Amino acid sequence: MSARIWLSIIVMGAVTVAIRLLPLTLIRKPLKNRFLLSFLHYVPYVTLAVMTFPAIVDSCETPVAGIASLVVGAIAAWYGANMVSVAVICCVVAFVLGLL
Amino acid sequence: MSTQSAAAPSAPRRAHPLAEGLRDGLPIGLGYLAVAFSLGIAARQAGLNAVQGFMASLLSVASAGEYAGFTLIAAQASYAEIALGTLVTNARYLLMSTALSQRFSQDTSLAKRIGVGLGVTDELFGLAIATPRVEPFYQYGAMLSSIPLWCIGTSAGIVAGELLPARVVTALSVSLFGMFLAVIMPAARTDRVVRICVLASFVASYAATHLIPLTMAWSSGTRIIVLTVIIAAAAALIRPVDAEGDDAA
Repeated sequence: MSARIWLSIIVMGAVTVAIRLLPLTLIRKPLKNRFLLSFLHYVPYVTLAVMTFPAIVDSCETPVAGIASLVVGAIAAWYGANMVSVAVICCVVAFVLGLL
Repeated sequence: MSTQSAAAPSAPRRAHPLAEGLRDGLPIGLGYLAVAFSLGIAARQAGLNAVQGFMASLLSVASAGEYAGFTLIAAQASYAEIALGTLVTNARYLLMSTALSQRFSQDTSLAKRIGVGLGVTDELFGLAIATPRVEPFYQYGAMLSSIPLWCIGTSAGIVAGELLPARVVTALSVSLFGMFLAVIMPAARTDRVVRICVLASFVASYAATHLIPLTMAWSSGTRIIVLTVIIAAAAALIRPVDAEGDDAA
């Protein structure tokens, strides 16, 4: 089990380091492909959204606590609350409603 | 997670670039401490201990990428799946490193390019491009005052997850999602295509997790990879971005 986790950590690190270093060593020219540039532009938002929902709901004590946490957090973030504030708001909502 | 980026250094550079970097990296590091703590909660759920969490964060320094990796580890995914998941969730660093490669002065050694490249994160990239030329020692300073806090935060989250009551850990486990929301919602507010992407991602992710038998059989990590590639590729085909892409998140 532990060996599997260590190997997984090494795989994650090796791939991430390769992504960071390839452009600085091998690829010296700027990326020109419009599709690739657009794809890379959208990936962070899409992947974070996919990872957030429905996982946030499923990770709470009750679906109501999860949905409330998502909605309140999303509204706070929409109106510009900073990262730590949004996180704290989500936790408090999830904890309080989880007690019900 | 550009919200945590320090303001562009405004004071004229008099101190050594390393000292300047150490100073400007600290606010980033404090933000990292909080995010990594949340990440540690997720790492513990995947079975990592504090030392493994520290090393995972030291080797990867990537919130979304590490979270995807931990999800895959928890799902007993193959190493190939872990490699693919890491590749997709961290693909944006390819773009950042490429942009950065244009900003070194000609005589910068390969060792210094690699040294700076190892520290490409959303926030440290933001710091690097705040000035026209990349100053390696400035970046080293910023890395030194932020990345250790990233690693310590991850370990702290794992330890806290072991010590705190289950109910508190459950509530803390949503904090990372809150941080993800803090990244996507402001962009969704200002950019209509991102807004549609986020909505489509929510709907597709829900359907894939709870409605469609084929994708329900997959691990959540596999769903993350497949949905990210499909939705981001569709958006890129339908609404390609015009500019050079320097404004990536």
